[in-house]
Amino acid sequence: MEIPYTYKPRPDTGLYNAKVGIWLFLASEIMLFGALFSSYILLRVQAPEGEWPQVAMAWPHGLLNIPIGTFNTAVLITSSVTVVLAWAALKMNQFAKFRVCMVITLVCAFGFLGIKSYEYNEKFTHYELRLKDGHAYTGHIEVNGKHAGFWDFGAIYNLERLTKESVKELSFTADPEKPKPGEKHGAETSHEHKRMTVKVDEIQKLDAFILRNHNFFAIYFVITALHGLHVLGGALVLGYFAFPGASMWKKNPEQFTNRIEVAGLFWHFVDLVWIFLFPVVYLL
Amino acid sequence: MSTATSTSHGAAHAHSAHGSHDHHHHEPGFWQKYIFSTDHKMIGIQYGLTSLLFLFFGFLLMMCMRFQLASPGKPIPIFGGLLEAVLGEAAKGGIMSADLYNSFGAMHGTIMVFLAVVPLAFGAFGNYVTPLQIGAPDMAFPRLNMASYHVFFWGGVMMLASFFVPGGTAKSGWTSYSPLATVAEFSRPFNGQTLWLIGMVLLITSSLLGAVNFITTIIQLRAKGMSWMRLPFFVWAQFVTGFLLLLAFPPLEAAGVLQLADNLFHTSFFLPSGLVVSGQPLAVAGGGSPLLWQHLFWFLGHPEVYVLILPAMGVVSEIIANNTRKPLWGYKSMVYAAMSIGFLSFIVWAHHMYLTGMGTKVSTFFQTTTMMISIPSVMILTALFISLWGGSIRFNTPMLFALSFLPMFGIGGLTGLPLGFNASDIYLHDSYYVIGHFHYVVAPGTIFGLLAGIYYWYPKMTGRFMNETLGKIHFWVSLLGMNLVFSPMFIQGLRGMSRRMSDGGSTYFGADDLALYLNKPITHAAALLGLAQLPFIFNLFYSIRNGRKVENDNPWDATTLEWATPTPPPHGNFASEPVVYRGPYEYSSPNSKQDFIPQDKRS
Repeated sequence: MEIPYTYKPRPDTGLYNAKVGIWLFLASEIMLFGALFSSYILLRVQAPEGEWPQVAMAWPHGLLNIPIGTFNTAVLITSSVTVVLAWAALKMNQFAKFRVCMVITLVCAFGFLGIKSYEYNEKFTHYELRLKDGHAYTGHIEVNGKHAGFWDFGAIYNLERLTKESVKELSFTADPEKPKPGEKHGAETSHEHKRMTVKVDEIQKLDAFILRNHNFFAIYFVITALHGLHVLGGALVLGYFAFPGASMWKKNPEQFTNRIEVAGLFWHFVDLVWIFLFPVVYLL
Repeated sequence: MSTATSTSHGAAHAHSAHGSHDHHHHEPGFWQKYIFSTDHKMIGIQYGLTSLLFLFFGFLLMMCMRFQLASPGKPIPIFGGLLEAVLGEAAKGGIMSADLYNSFGAMHGTIMVFLAVVPLAFGAFGNYVTPLQIGAPDMAFPRLNMASYHVFFWGGVMMLASFFVPGGTAKSGWTSYSPLATVAEFSRPFNGQTLWLIGMVLLITSSLLGAVNFITTIIQLRAKGMSWMRLPFFVWAQFVTGFLLLLAFPPLEAAGVLQLADNLFHTSFFLPSGLVVSGQPLAVAGGGSPLLWQHLFWFLGHPEVYVLILPAMGVVSEIIANNTRKPLWGYKSMVYAAMSIGFLSFIVWAHHMYLTGMGTKVSTFFQTTTMMISIPSVMILTALFISLWGGSIRFNTPMLFALSFLPMFGIGGLTGLPLGFNASDIYLHDSYYVIGHFHYVVAPGTIFGLLAGIYYWYPKMTGRFMNETLGKIHFWVSLLGMNLVFSPMFIQGLRGMSRRMSDGGSTYFGADDLALYLNKPITHAAALLGLAQLPFIFNLFYSIRNGRKVENDNPWDATTLEWATPTPPPHGNFASEPVVYRGPYEYSSPNSKQDFIPQDKRS
């Protein structure tokens, strides 16, 4: 006996095997991301009131780049549309159109990852500085007159490392102060990037916007990295179907169309996770 | 339609099918047949043998711990020298250090739950029996099935490898509570706990692949006429188990990733502010929540209990119906009870956390749901007890194990009620009472159910019976051993003995106390229990070639579809496509000359 319903739907369920499988898999994925979102909520509600970085353990707001995040959301939604169009093209027997749609999907997928890595890099080079006199700033540092490169983990400093490398002082460019809620942009609100020289023995804490710094960054990086891995995995599968795997179209067009549908369902899920992720970590 | 004609007809059909697909022609080589097999039966056997090995290994870890408990600080007999040679400082002079005791405790739990019982119940029996019972040629996704086993295997290798990294394996209990699990080896980010977490992520991935495959198979590949209420109860049990694994495991995967970040990148997901370790403030940002780990862990941890017990209930139901020669009493209520268990098991988890101070309102909610979930469990057990009523019981080895499952699981379940109540749990929590309770559920409960299954389906797998005399020795000595090991633990627990003391409680009790004295007979009983498994191990391998041969494909005169296949079932299972005409347990039917009517028999 051969395994039935590998691509023909079973009459009483109306589904072929892989479609049942992918929906079950997505249910499990919802539990995975659901647990991470729940962790986010729990960590956030137990953080103390106040404005970060002035209150050290408070939950930071407005650190993520909203215009770029919005653009990335649009990129991912576009790819979700094109992946449906690709499937529809196969249904209508238009293979050339299918391929065009798949290529657009792939460009969007890797575009998304590229933009995300730029955003990550912004965080790796951005610092929280807390002085012993109680002042706290965010901004960029220059140690020994050098800037960090792209994804340059070797250039990430904290107080421990500065002490170990006996750095005496560093130059710090503070971010412009954010207007307080309800306050108009008045003359007293400074928009300048204040540049200052900081002595290392005045520093209480210095660390980049990386996982160990604060639970906000920790959960932000873990969820978005896991989502990024899903994007990468989905893109690799879609890339396989668009090019080497497309030879199945000649042998068994129905099964091939089903494969695109199943991969597309996964892709929509990845998109959907981002649609939850974007408002939760960027906007709220 | 007689069996003989259907077989010959089927053989002809199978041959023509083989002719049209040339990839079936060549005989697969060793690697393809035994290692990289996509056949659900071979994968089931792979799972079975691997998990039995882990079961034995987990038992040995426990045996070393029992020696230590009975005679704290004395060299461990037999294994002492070996432990010193392999683990060095931790077992100096063959004496178990407290750290090593903690490691073995953590790994005994992990191995028994995730590498022995679940893969045996779900991986082995689920794989071998489910497709046969629903009349399917294989699982829906055979290659995914192979991947599931291989990922499981490497998860197991990870766990074993963790014994040999500097600092030793995980030693913070099988629950790996934070912050202990993170600070135990804080200065060494790549430690046993890290490997434990990587191993767990692999095991979770494996069970995810398995669960997707099982559920899809049961939904899609049921034979013609196999409607939902004609499914054998075993299949229902596996179906619900599949959903538990599918939905409960991912939160632990999330928790594992977060704890991995705590260990490797020094984040503080589970580390609160102001944590001081050995007098030094811990150099982390803080602001995390140890309770978050416990919630995520037990969100898996409690459904996991039903992952352990449901397949065993399924196996026991099959064997009881077959050997009482009666239909199961209340089949439909059992099915609905299994579904209720599945649903309720997702909302009881925090009854493991009454002592964490999460608040009385939360405790009350979980206390209520916990009492509710005992109802469907009792329904299944009661239905099985009533099924015995008026049957003319065949007391063969599988039936003996299946029968003893009922009172043993009953004891385990009933002793759980005081733990489900907030007030009494506060006294009993973390004592030996808890150990006695859940071991009654899992050891003489689940493991007896699974052993029953091995004796029952062995003739289908090999074409020979296992030896009855050895089987009965195995059963009676095991039953005695299990009870002598676990029932004194209730007394120890009621006297206040903590479950985590590496010296067997002597620092707590002082010199003469009944609880302390009981450690010795328990250890002797554990050794007896170990010896009782020797006839089983011998029997398992000896009977492959020397057991009594089966006379036909259905040696137990059973009704379900797995007995309608050739023995052992070939690739593709059925000689011809089976069609189901009736429910799963038509025994002693007045409509038939025989005392049973198989599901695929028209009249």
